Amino acid sequence: MTTRPRHRLLLRLAVVSGLLLLTLVAALVLGLSLGSTHAGMDAIVKTLTGRGQSDPMLQAIVWQIRFPRVLLAALVGAALSTGGLVFQALLRNPLAEPYILGISGGAAIGAIIGIILGLSRFPGVTATAFAGSMGTLVLVMTISSGQRILKKDALLLAGVMVNAFCSAVIMFLVSMTQDARLHNIIFWLMGDMSMTDLKQVGILAALLIPGFILIFCLSHAMNLLLMGREMAMSMGLQLKTIILTLLVATSFMISATVSCCGLIGFVGLVIPHLLRMLLGPDHRVLVPACILGGGAYMVFCDLLARTLPQQGEIPSGVITALIGAPLFIVLLKRANR
Amino acid sequence: MTAAVDIVQVSLTYGKKAVLKEVSFSVNRGEFFIIIGPNGSGKTSLIKSIVGIEHPQNGRIDILGRPLSDYGRKELARKVAMVPQTAPTDFPFTVTETVLMGRAPHLGLLGLESETDMKMVRQVMAFTGVTDLADRKVEHLSGGERQRTFVARAVCQSSELLLLDEPTASLDLAYQARLMDLMESLKNDRGATIVMVSHDVNLAALYADRLLLMKEGRIVRLGRPSEVLTYETLEKVYGCTVLVDQSPLGDFPRITLVPGKFNPSSGSGACPS
Repeated sequence: MTTRPRHRLLLRLAVVSGLLLLTLVAALVLGLSLGSTHAGMDAIVKTLTGRGQSDPMLQAIVWQIRFPRVLLAALVGAALSTGGLVFQALLRNPLAEPYILGISGGAAIGAIIGIILGLSRFPGVTATAFAGSMGTLVLVMTISSGQRILKKDALLLAGVMVNAFCSAVIMFLVSMTQDARLHNIIFWLMGDMSMTDLKQVGILAALLIPGFILIFCLSHAMNLLLMGREMAMSMGLQLKTIILTLLVATSFMISATVSCCGLIGFVGLVIPHLLRMLLGPDHRVLVPACILGGGAYMVFCDLLARTLPQQGEIPSGVITALIGAPLFIVLLKRANR
Repeated sequence: MTAAVDIVQVSLTYGKKAVLKEVSFSVNRGEFFIIIGPNGSGKTSLIKSIVGIEHPQNGRIDILGRPLSDYGRKELARKVAMVPQTAPTDFPFTVTETVLMGRAPHLGLLGLESETDMKMVRQVMAFTGVTDLADRKVEHLSGGERQRTFVARAVCQSSELLLLDEPTASLDLAYQARLMDLMESLKNDRGATIVMVSHDVNLAALYADRLLLMKEGRIVRLGRPSEVLTYETLEKVYGCTVLVDQSPLGDFPRITLVPGKFNPSSGSGACPS
């Protein structure tokens, strides 16, 4: 009992963040090194470190194609994981996730409308995506809030229904578009990371990083929220402001990622669950852990997406769902035991 | 010395339903004040109004001599702590972490505690008898252990004014006595003001300095237990026949329910067991 918990928390935060940062860096290096163009270890090391003579072709592939892509994957994974964590804390439901609740689907509808209208990705498509996600958020909350009994299930059911409806609207919109970009839209929808450059990654980072900071600042409030509304209020939380801030910030971050690379599901379920099992329930540790760990996981999934097939690639959303859904079922089984 | 809580003409309505009707009373500092009354008489709403969760449409509430509306949320939380009727059963933190969260209104955004806070947490945990549970998770505790943990959390938050909503409802006899003794020692040793909602009139009679009896949003009686807990009053308010005599422990009224004597014409229609 003589160890000082204050230092213990900061120490824990430093150790956890350090380890996960190393994992993220390792994933990034791996993501830069591997791809459809095979190159020897030696050439890769030369290109990455910038020492000695390296192949200009390989240099272009690594720094102009792979580099923006792995950064994009890291940002998207971080945003999706943090988004899942926030929703699970706010709704006090371990199964809550922006994708499952239809928030991502709403953002996708907004984004497709933006694309059909011919808007640019930033700020046009992001803005329509944000409007779409807020719309579905309000819809899900309204449908489930009337049901006092079985509130947890009511929320999920409302989400599943809204999500199904969103999918139908998305398919409707895609079918109605007699556009050469049709293939692009469908590919983008499933989580496509291939069409990116450093400028886009930079804009996305500028949109997401304030969100990460804001959510970290509210991480202790998220701990208190788990005690329930009334107790949290009696402990001095500005409940409405905090909940609204978190919901809007998260929906915005999800919308930004959806307009960049479409619908990528289950990351927000798998990563927070895994990290919670490893690190415990404290959101002050979990928020940074989700940012770094979620980033590493997404880089890894994207690496699989572009190296698994002999030709071309699989959308990343397919990989995250293929890994995420079964893993989630296993986690759920273990949690119930 | 101003009152701990001063309530003047407070009315609260949910939609069309009036739950508090022009309620006025004061709670003195260092008093053990217990609110009793049939189900739906407005006891919980009253507690929630004092802690600023419910906002009465009319009337005035002063806390420690200042209007409630003058306090910021965090500032109020440093003075007034509440143990609500339902504590979460699935709370994933350990007992120590939970009790420490009571310090949140005194700490910064991230809730990083100092050595002094930790000392206080250990003290309160010893005082409330949860030291042995320190590293257990709240979700794995029994009902009584969990209740004491959340009481400890509230004591850590504020030892000035403590509001408890039916804290003994889920506890067995020994834990009931222990919790009431704990509240009394908080009052005596730390000068805390305790406001408690209870359904147990006998327990209330044993511990309360003063009792407030409510029915349908109004005050029926306010005074010492022997003044409030009379045969006539109880029969009128609860609508069931009771026997009131003196407790063998001393000058406390003792209430015994007489079975099969429910009187639907005079009471609320609900006969608490």
